[in-house]
Amino acid sequence: MPKFMLIMRNTDESFQQMISTPFDEMLEKVGRFNEELIHAGVLVAAEGLDDANQGVVVDYSGETPVVTDGPYGETKELFGGFYLLEVASKDEAVEWARRMPSIPGSKCEIRRVPSIDEFPQDNEWVVRERAWRERTGQL
Amino acid sequence: MPGGTTSPGGTASSGGATSPEGAAAPDGGQAARQTVEAVWRTVEAVWRIDAARIVGALARFTGDFALAEDVAQEAVAEALVAWAETGVPRSPAGWLLTTGRRRAIDAFRRRSARDDRYAQLAHQLTEGQASSGAMVPAGRAALDGLSAASFTPTSHQDADDLPWDPDRVHDDVLALMFTACHPVLAPQARVALTLRVVGGLSSAEIARAFLVPTPTVQARITRAKKTIAAAGVPFALPPAEDRGERLGAVLSVLYVIFTEGSTATTGDDLLRPDLAFEAIRLTRMLVALLPGEAEVHGLLALCELTAARFPARTGPDGEPVLLTDQDRGRWDRAAVRRGLAALGRASTVGGRGLGPYGLQAAIAACHARASSVAATDWERIVLLYEALGRVAPSPVVDLNRAVAVAMAHGPLPALEIVDALAAGGHLDGSHLLPTVRGELLTRLGRTAQARADLEQAARLCTNARERAILLRKAAALPTPP
Repeated sequence: MPKFMLIMRNTDESFQQMISTPFDEMLEKVGRFNEELIHAGVLVAAEGLDDANQGVVVDYSGETPVVTDGPYGETKELFGGFYLLEVASKDEAVEWARRMPSIPGSKCEIRRVPSIDEFPQDNEWVVRERAWRERTGQL
Repeated sequence: MPGGTTSPGGTASSGGATSPEGAAAPDGGQAARQTVEAVWRTVEAVWRIDAARIVGALARFTGDFALAEDVAQEAVAEALVAWAETGVPRSPAGWLLTTGRRRAIDAFRRRSARDDRYAQLAHQLTEGQASSGAMVPAGRAALDGLSAASFTPTSHQDADDLPWDPDRVHDDVLALMFTACHPVLAPQARVALTLRVVGGLSSAEIARAFLVPTPTVQARITRAKKTIAAAGVPFALPPAEDRGERLGAVLSVLYVIFTEGSTATTGDDLLRPDLAFEAIRLTRMLVALLPGEAEVHGLLALCELTAARFPARTGPDGEPVLLTDQDRGRWDRAAVRRGLAALGRASTVGGRGLGPYGLQAAIAACHARASSVAATDWERIVLLYEALGRVAPSPVVDLNRAVAVAMAHGPLPALEIVDALAAGGHLDGSHLLPTVRGELLTRLGRTAQARADLEQAARLCTNARERAILLRKAAALPTPP
C-alpha cells in the first residue's frame, strides 16, 4: 500500500493564529482528527515541529554553508509537521488532508513517499541503508 | 530514502482545475467544473474513508440494513453528478449521509402506499428533518417497539464537525461488521458484503480481487441483503451470549480476505497485496473498535507478520519463493515491528492466553525473529503447533506441525504424522499433503515415491505459480538407477 506524507505548512500569520488558539481546543481538534486516522487504520506516523524561532537555517548559497538563526526571513511558508499515511491512493491522501484541522492561510502539501524497494538494490549505499532499516524497523 | 527523488505524486497536482485538489478550495466561489474522472476519483476516496460510517449511520437511522446499503449507493451515484457541477462539498460525508437519508425517506413514502406503518414513519422522519436538520429519534425499529434510546439525535456539534456522533458511530461500524459477517450468510456473501459496506470497495473492485465477473459479486450482495432481511437480522450489536461466536465469524471473514490476498487460490499471481492490505486495514479498524479482545490483536499480528514477507515471497518473474529460500533482508521490518507489538497486546489483554490467531501469529513471530531457517527456534514452533492443535484442531495444523517436526527432529518422525493424516483421509483432494510428503520423501532419498507425490500435488494445485514449482521439483529428482 503506498505511503503519502501530509506536510503542514504555516505562514507567519497562520502560525500566530495557531498559537493564539486555546491549547485545549487545538488538542481536541487535532486529537479527534488523529483518532479518525487511527480508526481508519491508515496512520503510520505523525510529528509536529517546535517553534521555527527556535530553529536554525543552514544556507548553501555561498561557497561554504552559512548558519543563521531562524525564522527563515524571506520564506513565506514554514514547515510545521507531518503525517505519514498508508492509503490506497493519492486521492485518499488528499481527502484526509481536506479533513485536517487547519488555520486559514496555512497549507498542506501531499507527497508520495517512495519505498526503498524502488531504488537500485545492488547499490552499496542502498544496501547499507536497507540494513539500517532492518535493524531499526524503519522499512 | 532521503532526498533526490521526483515522485509522480509531487507533480500531478499541477493540473489545477482538473484535479480533485482544485475542488478543495471551494469557498472562493470558483466552482471549477471538474472532469468526470476527477470527481469519480474523489468520490471513490471519500467512499473508501466513510462507507462504513455512512452505511452504519443509515442502517441505524432506518433500522433496515438492505435499504441503508441501497440508499447509500444512490447517494454515491448522485454525488458523481452533483459534485461535477458544484464542486466537492465542504463535508462530503455529510452530503452523502444527508442525501442517503432523503432517499430513505423517499423509499418509506413509496412503501407507505402499501403499508400504514411506513406512512407514519415517513411523516415522522420528514418532520424531524424539518425541525432539527439532525438525525431524528425514529426508524422502523422504534415503530417495532425496540428501544428508542439507540436513536438519539447526533448533530449537536459545530457545523464543521463530523456528521455523526463520534461515540455512537463506533457502535454503528461495529454493528455493520457483525451484520455483514452474520452466520445466516454464505461465506462468499460475507466476504463480498464486508468489502463492499465496511471496506467501501465497488463490486467491480471486489470482482477483480476474486477474479469473478462483476455481476456475480452484485448478485451475491443482492442475495445477501435479501437473506438478512428475510432472516430478520436486527441492525445491532450481538447479545452478550452470542458475542464470542459472532466475533469469531467476523475475524474469520477478515482472515479469509487476507489469505486470498496472501496466497491467491486461483489465477496466475501468487499475491494480491491490495486485497491483503485491505484486510489489514479492516482488522486495524476492528482493533480500534475492540481494543480489549485478544484475538483481534492476534489476527492483526498474524496478518502483519505474514504480509511482512510479501516483498521476499515472489521472484523477479512472480514465481513463489519458499520461506526456506527467502531473502530475509527483503522482509518489511516495520510490518514485523507492528506485528510483534500486536502479538504482545494479544498475549496481555483479556488474560486468557493466546487463541488460534494469536498462536499462529506467535509461530510467524518465530520466523520473523530468526535470521535464517537454521537459526529458527523450530522446537518452539512445534510446541506452538501442538497448542494450536489443542485449541483449533485441524488436519492442516497437524500437517504444519509435521513440517516443523521435520525441521526440529528430522523427516522420519514428520513422515509418521503425515502418513497418519493420509490414512485418516482428511486432506484428500488438497495439494498440501502430497506437497509436504513429497518434500519429506525427497529428504529421505525415496525419490520414486517423492516424484509420485509431487506430481499428484501439482495435479491438485489450483495456483499456476505453485503448480509450476511442484513440477520443477519433481523433474529435478534424480531418476532411479
